[in-house]
Amino acid sequence: MSGSKILRYLGALVVLILVGLGIFVAIAWRSEIPASDPPVTSAIDPALVERGAALAAIGNCNVCHTKAGGEVFAGGLPLPTPFGTIYSTNITPDPETGIGRWSEEAFIRSMREGVDREGRHLYPAFPYDHFTKVTDDDNRALYAYLMTRKPIEAEAPDNELPFPLNIRMVLAGWKILFFKEGEYQDDATQSAEWNRGHYLADGLGHCGACHTPRNQLGAEKKDELYAGGESEGWTAYALNAASPAAVPWTVDSLTHYLSNGWEEKHGVARGPMAPVTANMMSASDGDARAIATYVVSVMGEPSPERVARGEAALQQATRHPPGIQVQAAGGQTVPVAATSEDRGAKIYAAACSSCHDAGRPVPYGGLPLNLSTATYGPTPLNPINVILYGLPAPEGERGPIMPGFQGVLDDAQVADLLSYIRANFSDEPAWADVQETVAHVRAGEEDTELRSLSSGGSAPANPTRRETSW
Amino acid sequence: MVALTVNGQSHQIEASPDTPLLYVLRDELGLNGAKYGCGLGQCGSCTVMVDGEAVFSCVTPLLLLEGREVTTVEGLGTIENPGPMQQAFIEEQAAQCGYCIPGMMMRAQALLQSNPGASDEEIRAHMEPNLCRCGTHMRIMAAIKRAGSLMQTAANGAAPSGATERAG
Repeated sequence: MSGSKILRYLGALVVLILVGLGIFVAIAWRSEIPASDPPVTSAIDPALVERGAALAAIGNCNVCHTKAGGEVFAGGLPLPTPFGTIYSTNITPDPETGIGRWSEEAFIRSMREGVDREGRHLYPAFPYDHFTKVTDDDNRALYAYLMTRKPIEAEAPDNELPFPLNIRMVLAGWKILFFKEGEYQDDATQSAEWNRGHYLADGLGHCGACHTPRNQLGAEKKDELYAGGESEGWTAYALNAASPAAVPWTVDSLTHYLSNGWEEKHGVARGPMAPVTANMMSASDGDARAIATYVVSVMGEPSPERVARGEAALQQATRHPPGIQVQAAGGQTVPVAATSEDRGAKIYAAACSSCHDAGRPVPYGGLPLNLSTATYGPTPLNPINVILYGLPAPEGERGPIMPGFQGVLDDAQVADLLSYIRANFSDEPAWADVQETVAHVRAGEEDTELRSLSSGGSAPANPTRRETSW
Repeated sequence: MVALTVNGQSHQIEASPDTPLLYVLRDELGLNGAKYGCGLGQCGSCTVMVDGEAVFSCVTPLLLLEGREVTTVEGLGTIENPGPMQQAFIEEQAAQCGYCIPGMMMRAQALLQSNPGASDEEIRAHMEPNLCRCGTHMRIMAAIKRAGSLMQTAANGAAPSGATERAG
């Protein structure tokens, strides 16, 4: 090949690259929406604000947009991702550091397209892959609610992302690959309640953000919808046919769980799910039931084997082990005798049985562990978190609590206890590497900064672990 | 037979290894400071320290304590020579019925041993698991703060009494 030919090829290549870049930028470019004065709050319809409050609760806006000890919606919570740390932004109507200068149009565009007022692409840690489904009408209610909150001056720290992820234009490429823009469309073959539930669960509720596994580039795998995922050191159980629940969920039981944070045949919402159910208390019962209707339909009709397994578990759970008398709340229970010489069995008998076998119903007593979804789950992460750090008392509400045992149980002892629980209360194979996982959780390698939100507003109680030693 | 170290003394305990520590303390060793409240690890009146951490002794089986150091309220000082935590609770008159107080003192001790200058907020968060039905929380709070300053004074040169030494 002659020199001039090479030059010609190179020239053509450069032109191709430039044209490609040009097309990319043309697709990726979003214009700035001019800054506007914050709306006059007294002119906003209170009914619209109220509707926006319920929608914001379902969207869990407060959970990410509030840092530990910070003001609600003022942002600054670090969100560790596999790619680096992203800090949530201030969504109070502060004109300088919040969204006070965002017009309604800019707000709706951010929800629909994942672009901020200035036209910069947003990181999908803000789940616009779900929020794109929210209707303009609901977005207007959300905007009305946020713009009537107290403006807080708080600048979010800069994201800590490596090159090239720190260039927001790159996100346009991510969107081409994984993002489908568009409002939710009703499925005419389904009921109105199912459609409402589908709209909320897939849209604002962004259930799939935790309950659907993600690919290498952090996008949800659309062909494994609701197959279960991991979030902040906790396992988000599958919500499809692979649901590990011992007793198959029904619309009634799932509605109760979503509205109360616990359900007597399945367990207690904890970790990142705790603020979700706490927020659901601000939503209407109808919306909780709609979400449950949709999710139970995703799980599908349980197989006869699963139904039989659930019935067997329920029968077993109502039987009390020898040595235990069913007590009224407040009565003194006698510890049950260990069923074997196994160390896990002995720890269970002395530390767990007085609540979990006492026959008192959740939330006043412990759940029989053969009903707990955690006993059947694919990983031991959730029970490890609960055994070490307990279930903190929800702030200002009734709810189940459990003491943590990190002060007395070492890693090997937690592993023995979990092996005993798995072998005796579930029909699933043993978990692998339990002791190593316990060590990771204790070292904080499976945990994040999602800590207590300040009280007041619609902030839920402390969602995950606490700093005290119980 | 389990070897148990309580307040610096070792004991050979005959009880079955799954016996809760609280029963051993009260029934075998005659240490009645830790109280039976709920038996479920929810009220905190049974709180003792294990290796410096506050734990509910009612849900802590004996078999977990081999080779570990248990401290009860009796280990913080004596009637003649109370430790700083006990001294502070006396000076602030922080008890009404008193049933929760040994547990309160032990949980507070665990905090102040690692963080003697704990802020009000840290004390409140740390003490949350322990309940007081009489409602003496403000005095308990004052007593814990006083204990903190007594400990810091002792650490800053004043000859420590035997009790404070034992209390660590």
